[in-house]
Order: sequence, then C-alpha cells, then structure tokens
Amino acid sequence: MNTFIQFLITGLRLGSVYALIALGYTMVYGIIKLINFAHGDFIMVGGYALFFCIPVMLGLGLPGWLAVVPAIVICACVGMLVELLAYRPVRKTGNSLTCLITAIAMSFVLENLAQAIPAIGPDPKVPYTLFAETVSIGGVSVSYATIITVVVSAVIMAALYGFTQKTRIGCAMRCVAEDKAAATLMGINVNHTILLTFGIGAGLAAVAALMYVAQYPKVFTTMGATLGIYAFVAAVLGGIGSLPGAVLGGLVIGVVQSGANTYICSSMSDTFVYLILIVVLMIRPAGILGKNVGEKV
Amino acid sequence: MLEIKDLHVHYGAIHALKGISLTVGDGELVSLIGANGAGKTTALHTISGLLAASSGSVTLDGQDLQKVPANTIIGLGLAHVPEGRHVFARMSVEENLRMGAYILRDPKKLAEHLETVYSHFPRLKERRRQLAGTLSGGEQQMLATGRALMTGPNMLLMDEPSMGLSPLLVKEIFSIIEELHKSGITILLVEQNAKMALAVSDRAYVLETGTISMEGPAAALAADDRVRKAYLGA
Repeated sequence: MNTFIQFLITGLRLGSVYALIALGYTMVYGIIKLINFAHGDFIMVGGYALFFCIPVMLGLGLPGWLAVVPAIVICACVGMLVELLAYRPVRKTGNSLTCLITAIAMSFVLENLAQAIPAIGPDPKVPYTLFAETVSIGGVSVSYATIITVVVSAVIMAALYGFTQKTRIGCAMRCVAEDKAAATLMGINVNHTILLTFGIGAGLAAVAALMYVAQYPKVFTTMGATLGIYAFVAAVLGGIGSLPGAVLGGLVIGVVQSGANTYICSSMSDTFVYLILIVVLMIRPAGILGKNVGEKV
Repeated sequence: MLEIKDLHVHYGAIHALKGISLTVGDGELVSLIGANGAGKTTALHTISGLLAASSGSVTLDGQDLQKVPANTIIGLGLAHVPEGRHVFARMSVEENLRMGAYILRDPKKLAEHLETVYSHFPRLKERRRQLAGTLSGGEQQMLATGRALMTGPNMLLMDEPSMGLSPLLVKEIFSIIEELHKSGITILLVEQNAKMALAVSDRAYVLETGTISMEGPAAALAADDRVRKAYLGA
C-alpha cells in the first residue's frame, strides 16, 4: 500500500512538471502551429537562472525560492527573443518546415550559447537545495518539494485556463490561434499576441525548472532535451493545442513513468511512455482531449 | 468617404489588381460585382490592410489606410465581414460578438452594441451559448455581420455575404444589408450574385480580371446589355 501511494505521489509530482512544460508547447503550437523544439531549453535557461539567483536571494536574506521571479523574467525574455529574432522573420517568408528546422536550430543555439558562457560551461552545477524538508502523510514521507510542485502547478494551470477563457487578452490569444486574418480585423495585434504567448510559455518553463531542480538538484546545458521530449509527448498525448489536454497528458506520463519504475523496471519506463502514446493515438489521433470541431460551411 | 486610386496588387507573380479606382461616398451602398477570380476579395483585403498594395492608394476620410497597421483600421470605423464568414468556430456566439468589440474598452458601450446586434439578429441571441462552428451557414453569416457591427462602425466591407446560402436565406441577408444601409452605414458590397447586389445598391462597379470595366448607377448597370449577358444570365 505504501509503495502504491509512493508511486502515485511520485507520478503526480513528475506529471505536474511535465504538464507545466507541456503547456508551453501546446500554447505555442495552438497559436502558430509550430512545435517549438527550443522550448525544452527554456527549462535549462530557467535552471541556470535559478542556480545564479538563489544565492543572491539568500544573500539578501530572502527565501531562496523567490529566485523563481527573476528566473521567470529571464525565461520570458529569452522566449520572446527567440520568437522575435528567429521565428517571426522565418514565418514571414518561410513555410512550416523552415519554421520547424529553425526551432531545432534554436534548441542547439541555446544549448551551445549556454556552454560558451564561462560561468556556465560544460560541467553540471548543483544548485542550492530547496524545500528539502519532508512530512509524513499516512506513513508515507513526502517532501515539501513534492507538495509544492503539485499544488503550485495545479494553481498555475487553473489560472492559465481562466486567463485564456475569461480575460480580454486571453480571448485574443484564442482568436489568433483560430484565425489570424479575422483576429486582425477585430483589431487584435497578432504579432504582439504571439509574442505574449512565447513569454507566458517560457515563464512557465522557469516555474517547471524550479520544481525540477528542487527534486533533482543538478543543472546542465542539455537538461532540457529529455524533459522537453517527455513534455512534448505529453502535449501530443493530451491533444496538442488543448490546455487541459497538456495537463492531462503530463499527469498520465508522470504516473506511467513512475509506475513502470516502481513495479516493472526503471530502464523500461520510456518504453511504456511511448507505448501509451502509440495506443492513444491509434484510438484518438487528435489526442485524448484533442479538438476536432467540424465547421459547417 | 472611401477612395481608391490606381490600386495595383500582386500575389507573387500574379498581377491581381491592375490599377483600379473607386469611391464610396458617405451613406452609400456600392457594390463591386464580377466573376470568380476577378479580384474582388483582393480589393477588400487590400482596403483592410490584410494585403499590401504594390502601388496606388486607399484613403478613408483622407487617411491613408496603407500607412496604418491592419489591426488599427477597425478603430477608424471601418469593419470587414470576410468571405467565408471566418467566425471563431471554437468560441460561442456571444464570445464571437464580444471579440468584435475587442477595441472597445467601455463595458457599457459593449453591452449596448450587443443589444443592438441581438435586435438585428434575434436568432443569434437564441443561440448565444452555442459554439459558432456548429451554426448553419446562414447563422454564421449573421454572426460575422453582427460581429462587424459590434464597434458601431461607419462603414462595412461585405464580402460575398450570400455565398453558399439557400435562396430564402439570400433574401434575408440582403434585407439585412438594406436595413443597415437605411440606418446610415456606408457599405461596399462584393457579390457574385449580381442581380441581388444591383437591386439593393446605389451604384456599382464591374470588376473583370483585375480592372474595372464598367461603373455607374446600379439601375443603369442592371439594364445594360453587357452586364445582363455576362452577370445576370439574361
């Protein structure tokens, strides 16, 4: 029983991190139909931002987790710069394939740029450990990091959903996602809206980075690659373009991985992740919550 | 007043508009008729800033529309009902209408315009919670038109509002166009259904492969032999 609870908690924690990252993939895909392969690397940017900012916060006598605020700002700026300098010019003249290749290129650019910065370099760094205390729930010891990860992720996801459904700017994002020409006719600045989407997606990656390094205190320049792939699979599994889908996909993948680790064999956990993906896509090609609204003409 | 002077538009190598000039006076209902591919939609897209002109000018009350960002044109009182409706399929009817008033910051004004639109289109009020993508073609046309009215514009560009609708619905849409015209809104109407368009318009232009071949009072064009042969099936 304890093993079961432990597995579930681990799965939820992992899943929450994947979900936060998957939201970034799905938002950008939703709005410009681009798989932003550089999105995983935004987590790396967030990881290093935390590595450098946590000591500053502690030095100022503030709690270390407050470093997430500058990390969000830095990530959002990097995300918007990538859109501004790379994707927007390519989108103007290129097709979806050139955009996709640009995204892959940006992933390498970010990783290599990070390595080239002397303070970062090729060797992994160990950030200050956050939320290390544990509590016991029903005989199972749970770290604060886990509780905070699950709760904060849930709050952020709910807030983001409310933002896109209820606010003026959130609705504008949905309009741009559906029909850029019509959105322009409504008076919406399409480019600004896309830029904002990148900012929010990358900002979420910074939060995910905090959750991740609280559990696995190690940052390195390629840390975003694997995490990014899991989150991308989560977004596709849930139905790319759908926010609740990204969350559901992230949780499913987290729980499946944790289950495979606990009950089967840790080296097989990826196999199960992709197995689930294949089975779901065979039954529901648009993903679990993928939208396929038919339009009458 | 909308004024287009010697407008040229290229789509890559295709010369879609080859120097058209037209004017729409305040309160006028002017139609632009012509066959498929004549350049009618291109003309409207260029007016709205969705397409850039190669040369020539488009001015609204003296302001050069080519020089302002496309998304600010609605703020100048010019709204566009696009061809094929382009409603936001995954949003509800009411959300679509609210997006039509995106530039309005005043909730009171928004509520007012919403009521006006619902009074023009009671059908939309009945269906206000329904997703726009699930509406029938006629209802989507009403929604696209209603959405364009949400800022209380002075002028409407309407692109093929009758496309794909049953004859009964075509009549309904045209009676709405007349109603809007009577309420004082300036309208530039693009139509393949030349007969209906000429029947409601003050003046009209005939567009043929990127150039204006004829223009004049709608009644005179409707009586013209060439127009009758080419566009009215007589």
